[in-house]
Amino acid sequence: MNCVALPRMSSKTHSSNNIAHARRTVQQLKIEASIERIKVSKASADLMNYCSEHARNDPLLMGIPTSDNPFKDKKPCTIL
Amino acid sequence: MGEMEQLRKEADSLKDQITAARKAVQDTTLQEAAAGVTVVGRVQMKTRKTLRGHLAKIYAMHWGTDSTLCVSASQDGKLIVWDSITTNKVNAIPLKSSWVMTCAYAPSGNLVACGGLDNMCSIYNLKGKDGNVKVMRELAAHTGYLSCCRFLSDSEIITSSGDCTCVLWDIETGTQKTVFAGHQGDCMSLAVSPDFKFFISGACDFTAKLWDIREGQCRQTFGGHESDINAIGFFPNGNAVITGSDDATCKLYDLRADQELITYQDSSIMCGVTSLAPSLSGRLLLAGYDDFNVNIWDALKAERVGVLAGHDNRVSCIGVSSDGMACCTGSWDSFLKIWN
Repeated sequence: MNCVALPRMSSKTHSSNNIAHARRTVQQLKIEASIERIKVSKASADLMNYCSEHARNDPLLMGIPTSDNPFKDKKPCTIL
Repeated sequence: MGEMEQLRKEADSLKDQITAARKAVQDTTLQEAAAGVTVVGRVQMKTRKTLRGHLAKIYAMHWGTDSTLCVSASQDGKLIVWDSITTNKVNAIPLKSSWVMTCAYAPSGNLVACGGLDNMCSIYNLKGKDGNVKVMRELAAHTGYLSCCRFLSDSEIITSSGDCTCVLWDIETGTQKTVFAGHQGDCMSLAVSPDFKFFISGACDFTAKLWDIREGQCRQTFGGHESDINAIGFFPNGNAVITGSDDATCKLYDLRADQELITYQDSSIMCGVTSLAPSLSGRLLLAGYDDFNVNIWDALKAERVGVLAGHDNRVSCIGVSSDGMACCTGSWDSFLKIWN
């Protein structure tokens, strides 16, 4: 992290900056405090449901058969 | 009581309110809720392709939406667009500044972007008339390094910076549309929600923040990490956020419950997380670490179910393609690997 040297300010400017910052902090906390929250049981159930509903379409989870894998080099067959 | 003291008390009271409100909805834990779920079986992936060509550390990679092309950025001063299936280099773009830290592919496939210690986000048009890839726009206003960038479209991009802010830019005019200020430390990473309405940022103040793009406002702040957050991503349904930190853990935060649901950690893992990506269903969490490995986690059970070992240096970036068919890792060893 870099420390940026601030230009020297009068103590009055400094304290009014602090107050402005503190006001913004309170304002922001009010926004964050006011949101609606759902129960963890519901949030967890929804995550679990999403995973199970999409599991069979998740190639990295299910594994990919060679014939369907565009990244796998298919070895040519030699006819002896 | 002076105003400063009053404001301090008000802030503390609000923080207590938030803590209490989070606790009030904590009727269970994800661990308990998923107790009946069987852990995913051991996941084994192989390196299918190695993309060779960079001459120095790779710092970032991003898949194009077609799941075939991807772009990588290296401190050799190049952006390379690769065809991950043939391993051909579609474009090799020399950069003005070699100190690149991030790159991004536009959803349209027309543009790529990058930036780093030059404090700028440079936009390149891949589909120019004469076939040459040229700088289309240089977005300059950040007073710190560019750590991450992500396109919303060909006309808008979001950047995160060491100056502690994130910015939404109008690419056409090269101007800042919105500045997202609030983090108290360098912003290290960002991710856009699947519906493009929100983005999340992770920073060196150990927190992740959810931002409403159009309102320009921070909606939620998530703490709990004990060190810098280096990587961040959305769970595929957009309802949860996953972070990766120098504290050697990843965490999942649910947006609607407004709290951390689970931590991905193991006593044997003592090095920082550099990058992360969920699989298509969200069930697997792939995370890159400083110890040269990628650990694969069962996202619901927080158990390690696999490892991708193959790089000879730090894994700096990771991405799962849009169709979920492959994972790409980029490393300080100068190679990208495609796994599935």
